[in-house]
Amino acid sequence: MSDKNKKEVSSGTAKVGLGQEIANLVKTNIRDYMMYIALVLIMAFFTWRTHGGFIQARNISNLINQAAYVAVLAIGMTVILILKHIDLSVGYVAGFCGAIAAILMTQYNVNEWLAILIVMCVGLVIGLYQGLLVTRVGVPAFVTTLAGMFMFRGLLNLSLQKTGTIIVPNAGFNALSNGFIPDIPGVNLGFHFLTVLIGIVAVVLVIISQIKARRQKMKYNFQVTSTPVFVFTLVFISVIIMLIIWVLAGYSGIPWAAVIVGVVLFVYNYMLNKTRLGRYIYGIGGNDQAAELSGVNVKRVTLFAFCSMSVLAALSGVLYTSRLQSATPTAGLAFEMDAIASSYIGGTAVSGGIGKVTNTIIGALVIMSLTNGMNLMGVDISYQYIVKGIIFIIAVAFDVRTRSKK
Amino acid sequence: MNDYILEMRDITKEFPGVKALSDVNFKVKRGEIHCLVGENGAGKSTLMKVLSGLYHYGTYSGDIVYNGEVQQFKSIADSEEKGIVIIYQELALVPELSIYENIYFGHEIMKGHAVDWNETIVRATEMLKKVRLHVDPSTKVKNLGVGNQQLVEIAKALSKNVKLLILDEPTAALNEDDSENLLALIRELKTQGVTCIMISHKLKEITAIADTITVLRDGSTICSMDTSEHPVTEAEIIKHMVGREIDNIYPKREKKEIGDICLEIKDWTVEDPVKQREILHHVNLNVRKGEIVGLQGLMGAGRTELALSIFGNTPGYKITSGEVLVNGKPKHFKNPKEAIKDGVAYVTEDRKGNGLILIQDIKYNTTIANLEELVSGLAINENEEINVSNEYKKSINIKAPSIEQKVGNLSGGNQQKVQLAKWLFVKPHVLILDEPTRGIDVGAKYEIYTLMNKLVEQGMSIIMISSELPEVLGMSDRLYVMSEGTITGELSADEANEQTVMAMAVKS
Repeated sequence: MSDKNKKEVSSGTAKVGLGQEIANLVKTNIRDYMMYIALVLIMAFFTWRTHGGFIQARNISNLINQAAYVAVLAIGMTVILILKHIDLSVGYVAGFCGAIAAILMTQYNVNEWLAILIVMCVGLVIGLYQGLLVTRVGVPAFVTTLAGMFMFRGLLNLSLQKTGTIIVPNAGFNALSNGFIPDIPGVNLGFHFLTVLIGIVAVVLVIISQIKARRQKMKYNFQVTSTPVFVFTLVFISVIIMLIIWVLAGYSGIPWAAVIVGVVLFVYNYMLNKTRLGRYIYGIGGNDQAAELSGVNVKRVTLFAFCSMSVLAALSGVLYTSRLQSATPTAGLAFEMDAIASSYIGGTAVSGGIGKVTNTIIGALVIMSLTNGMNLMGVDISYQYIVKGIIFIIAVAFDVRTRSKK
Repeated sequence: MNDYILEMRDITKEFPGVKALSDVNFKVKRGEIHCLVGENGAGKSTLMKVLSGLYHYGTYSGDIVYNGEVQQFKSIADSEEKGIVIIYQELALVPELSIYENIYFGHEIMKGHAVDWNETIVRATEMLKKVRLHVDPSTKVKNLGVGNQQLVEIAKALSKNVKLLILDEPTAALNEDDSENLLALIRELKTQGVTCIMISHKLKEITAIADTITVLRDGSTICSMDTSEHPVTEAEIIKHMVGREIDNIYPKREKKEIGDICLEIKDWTVEDPVKQREILHHVNLNVRKGEIVGLQGLMGAGRTELALSIFGNTPGYKITSGEVLVNGKPKHFKNPKEAIKDGVAYVTEDRKGNGLILIQDIKYNTTIANLEELVSGLAINENEEINVSNEYKKSINIKAPSIEQKVGNLSGGNQQKVQLAKWLFVKPHVLILDEPTRGIDVGAKYEIYTLMNKLVEQGMSIIMISSELPEVLGMSDRLYVMSEGTITGELSADEANEQTVMAMAVKS
């Protein structure tokens, strides 16, 4: 029971054999490994069923563009779910914000970047409104955001009532979810050079930072993973990165959507793991009263989470509108379902206090791979919902079981 | 002649990596009160869970012989059918339901396909009479005090026709009066033929009530003592529990240097606006540098409310008058964060409820209240954090394989030490300890007392809230007694004894 938690930083000095170490790693991280394996299996299945169509560079780029708006929502949702709250309104907040962006650009000739900025501010205001209701008035988040679902759906319809679907002509705006980063001018090697360059830089950065962290730990005399395991992990990560990069470089390079998701992911991952705010979020999710008595301002942190959620919803709306190159009254339908499912499939605990945004992204990839793959196979949308529901419940059931064993 | 109602033979129960019980033998005579004692983690609760069928047949080795027959309980329902009922420390009542609904919850009285509520009420009233609880059976359980809720649990057990009643620390959350009442009831049940196994940490009540005392240590039976053969003393029990003799439960301080007033409360009045009544009236209190001040009072006297309102955490309450002075400067703490900043720390009585974050590890819990000190730039210096937690783990002897151990998996005593580590890392001037040794075994208690002495020797001020009289008398330099939201007396260590304090505690 006790030596399960021996990760690399534990202070114990026990020397264990390589086999034992790997067994321990698997035992500790079984939930994560199962998820990776599931993702690979799902991808392999669709590749087989579509005669290789799924894994083609073109489709992978497509998948990333499709997954971006859900991934952004799911990251924000993970924070909300860790805090034991929920936000059901995100879909229509996204839809509404996307519509406002389109209106600003087409009817008021606002520059697309300014429009995005304004829309994010609208998101912030919505977050403040819902967050204050939850923290100051004390209305449960479920009710607050269910009411929000009604209201923002209404506002979305209202804002598009006169015009119907608005086509967005702005090229820069539409590139967000359809375009790719440009290549270095003058280079023509038959593949996207800048993408490969970014890949190499990323791999080098990962290796340097990992080695630095390991050195630091050894300086403090903390136990670290053995050299073979450490080297294997580095090689494995590098190969995965380069594989994805290679596929993308063979087509048009890295999509802008991937860059945006990457930045959001990096910021939230850093916030949750390295900063005080992150600690407080996990603490409140684990035991809000204990957190309060430890000097944490629970209300302020919760308010922040709702604001961040709605701002990300606005960003998600921008990405979705950009993807369709138009704002439609049906935008936002069932986004919250995909976002919540991604977060739970990614291992966020149903009882709160536990969750990682990096795993949420894997969850989002699982959900969007299912959508994309089944679309390629021509599976009817009704069946798609059923399949997603089954995968979702299996993931959470597995999660609950493995956790209760610990 | 010995007629045993229960014999547990060579019970061994293993969890992955831990042998919780090894060849435990445990015999209970029919119609006796049998006390089961041992340090936390000694295996008492595990043994009772094996008996009740919660750890079902096949997950342990050994035999349970009940009424002369070997039993193979697959669930709690199986053992209850045979008349074995266990009442846990955390009461299993539904607060929003009435007393009679609770008593017959899970074994409703049926008339055809519907519940016969009239019959239920009649029988529930009978059961309440048996436990001498004179309240309307339609009262909601949430409106009862803890003591009366305990009685409802026993009434529920009686309604199941209990033959062997197991009580897990039944008096842990009760005040002296309620405890007395409960013990009297247990004695009465004995005369009606109910055999009772009681787990308890309160040695005084054990020596008063037990016919037989069995001591467990590290998953083994150490001894079983028959109190009719020779009277068993508390010292004797302690010796068996810890495996060595503790001469003095309350360690003496080597030097006493009491300085200036560090924290002072003047004319402190707090009101509950919902019920429109004052819960604290004009409280005056102070603590000096290097001093341990006891705050004694019965449950409900307002001690925790006082501490929390000083600490800036008053959900729903309103402070109507008074001031807090820290080192002579007036302060008004709007939230715990401000209090912590000014060097006041509050260690809660309810470590699982609002003290610790159980799903996180020792490291996390140690540093959560003072992350400011570990921050460089935006990020927390995690290596430094590991160092800090390891230091505290070592210096206050938290027994765990590593600081990455989840706090929820630790024993009560070690959880309490993690709480102390957390608040010591804040480096407070004033430490308010609320029931610091509740539900903790003798060995860990002694360590905590020693730590308290060390801290005041270093110049800290401690306010110790406790309902255990001997502890307050043994540790305090000075003590206040509270009753119904008022300080009813202030005594120096020399003036205080059980009689003077008790007299003040029941004064209104």
